[in-house]
Amino acid sequence: MTVSDTHLLTVENLSVTIPSSAGAVRAVDRVSLALERGRTLALVGESGSGKSMFCRAVMGLLPRSAVVPGAARVTFDGRDLGGLPRRELAAIRGREIGVVLQDPLSSLNPVIPVGRQIAEPMRYHLGLSSARARERAVELLAAVGIPQPEERLGAYPHQLSGGMRQRVAIAMALACEPKLLIADEPTTALDVTVQAEILNLLGRLQRERNMAMVLVTHDLGVVAGRAHETAVMYAGRIVEKAPTVELFTRMRMHYTRALFDAIPRIDDPPHRELGAIGGQPPGPAAQRVGCPFAPRCWRAEERCRTEEPPLARDAGENHSYACWFPLSQEERP
Amino acid sequence: MSEREPLLRVEGVTVVYSVGGRRNVHAVSGVSFALFRGETLGLVGESGCGKSTLARAIMQLPRPTAGRVILDGEDITVLGSRSLRALRSRFQMIFQDPIASLNPIRRVGESIEASLRTKGGKSAAERVRRAREMMTTVGLDPEQHYRRRPFQLSGGQCQRVSIARALMTEPQLLICDEPVSSLDVSVQAHIINLLRKVKSDYGLSMLFIAHDLAVVKNISDRVAVMYLGRLCELAPCADIFSSPAHPYTRALINAVPRPGPCQPLAGTGMLSGELPSPMDPPSGCRFRTRCPRAETRCVMVQPELRQIAPGHLVACHFPLREVAGPDEDHRPLMDRPDN
Ligand SMILES: Nc1ncnc2c1ncn2[C@@H]1O[C@H](COP(=O)(O)OP(=O)(O)OP(=O)(O)O)[C@@H](O)[C@H]1O
Ligand SMILES: Nc1ncnc2c1ncn2[C@@H]1O[C@H](COP(=O)(O)OP(=O)(O)O)[C@@H](O)[C@H]1O
Ligand code: SF4
Ligand code: SF4
Ligand SMILES: [Mg+2]
Ligand SMILES: [Mg+2]
Repeated sequence: MTVSDTHLLTVENLSVTIPSSAGAVRAVDRVSLALERGRTLALVGESGSGKSMFCRAVMGLLPRSAVVPGAARVTFDGRDLGGLPRRELAAIRGREIGVVLQDPLSSLNPVIPVGRQIAEPMRYHLGLSSARARERAVELLAAVGIPQPEERLGAYPHQLSGGMRQRVAIAMALACEPKLLIADEPTTALDVTVQAEILNLLGRLQRERNMAMVLVTHDLGVVAGRAHETAVMYAGRIVEKAPTVELFTRMRMHYTRALFDAIPRIDDPPHRELGAIGGQPPGPAAQRVGCPFAPRCWRAEERCRTEEPPLARDAGENHSYACWFPLSQEERP
Repeated sequence: MSEREPLLRVEGVTVVYSVGGRRNVHAVSGVSFALFRGETLGLVGESGCGKSTLARAIMQLPRPTAGRVILDGEDITVLGSRSLRALRSRFQMIFQDPIASLNPIRRVGESIEASLRTKGGKSAAERVRRAREMMTTVGLDPEQHYRRRPFQLSGGQCQRVSIARALMTEPQLLICDEPVSSLDVSVQAHIINLLRKVKSDYGLSMLFIAHDLAVVKNISDRVAVMYLGRLCELAPCADIFSSPAHPYTRALINAVPRPGPCQPLAGTGMLSGELPSPMDPPSGCRFRTRCPRAETRCVMVQPELRQIAPGHLVACHFPLREVAGPDEDHRPLMDRPDN
């Protein structure tokens, strides 16, 4: 099997370190994964676990000071992104990879009407005439569920509600028909009602356009039914990865279980004590000996503190986890 | 005063912001409810529906345009600023953005200690001792954290500081405005558990505002649902989630994501359209532009909050459940389409 035939994106051994006064921060730590065309991968973890840095590395938008050790390899649609000249990389980024961020205001320009912001990349990357780009902008606004799209072309971002702005940001990301959409906490800043709508919209567009998607979130609750595969990140590492249904039914990592227990459920009776994870995620300069979750894990033993568990695959399953003493049948939720 | 006399009574509170010219924002319109002693009342609604405005009106920051706020039998909307200041220590508020709500240049320990200064009557050493004690109560380490500044703490730690600061004056009422909305799920769980604990340890009454229904259900005894400045439903927590009566409440509940392998996707058959502008709210029922059950009567007549079951209030002409029983056609004859 040649990987590039089925996989749109493959990431091998990607690490990102950022120098800081307290020592080098390892924001992303030896991450490997692959994403097929038209599929969704969810990336879940606490704040600071490295989700955004991972996305930025894939997009080639790391902070200047960041260092990516040489062993890393990112292949997109058959091309090694590491080996491409800057200009070509920028073209891929603008055209083939779309991005939606947590705060729509940060991806929209406050002083340009939204219609022009959507049309501009189509003129630049696809060479459309301004009339045609305008027409397409209207179609896109309609596709993301904005009523009276023609009238909205002239609106400025501040004249739209948070949910509307996020729709505009999605329309922008879709303008050049990207093969991959990276959505970094696209609904964290939004209300529950709007959150469900935006996630459903992303899912629909992704199916219709056969786009692949990386969906980043800190809430394990939103990935059910929305991602084919889910990867859980902790301290820069992927600590568990499986098809989403498999992950929920045969969870192996203590950290995944802890994230799961922390979610308040609407189907629970009132006043249930929430399963809060004790302690803090490891700080920037924390030493990397043993399992990074050991200081917070109730199951931790001596081995966990001295020897790092590798991300290993369950025999015959498409399920990997990094744990010496994985959850047993009885310990699963 | 009887035990059932509520700690807080909000009567017809209205807040109108003037936004230049003759244009007004009707942020809160005629809201009434009671908060009983030792109770947690959850307040939910979409962004912009007026939750924070209502909370600030209760705090008299600023005073509401109309209506009364009665705290412990006393109408605080008519108090002079001096008497109001003397009362302040009895009701405290916690805000959504934990870092921004603390003084950025002050050490957090001092911020906590300072909240006792306005109350008076304690020596500096005593205040510091109490502040350190309170930090321990909320899960901070005074040795490590007393001298830090807000930007040197995480969002969750700053929220603990806010809670400690609010508890120092031994308030009767704690108003929490989206205290966990900017935190991620694992930190959120800590803060919710902490609020639940201090509430029972200190015998507080709490008004807990959030847009996440699962969070509100977890912490509340009763829940009030707000839409475009008005209350649409108010009921005991278990009741409102098992049998919502207002179409808006049901839509909100359907929008909640349910974690698990085979759960139906949230938000299917959901609300369509956007929240109308509070500058020009719809006539009659404010929810009618998005309500699947809306009829002529909803355009003409504003539904008042009325009781349909013990303690279950709803403001809807055609609620999903009626006193009489299940979801049948209870509309008055004149409202049926074939008439
Ligand atoms: N100072 C002000 N001047 C004019 N309008 C205001 C002012 N403050 C709030 N509003 C408007 O009043 C309405 C209610 O606002 P409020 O902040 O109470 O909503 P909210 O439910 O707390 O929303 P969020 O969840 O976004 O905080 C909104 O339409 C808002 O734009
Ligand atoms: N510009 C930056 N400079 C230095 N460190 C950073 C920068 N951005 C993020 N980090 C650090 O990198 C780690 C991962 O951050 P990030 O990828 O943003 O996580 P997440 O998106 O999961 O919140 C954190 O320890 C964070 O403090
Ligand atoms: S390796 Fe040990 S410390 Fe790490 S998650 Fe597994 S049991 Fe816990
Ligand atoms: S009063 Fe009418 S429009 Fe309002 S919620 Fe009830 S049915 Fe819907
Ligand atoms: Mg992030
Ligand atoms: Mg608010």
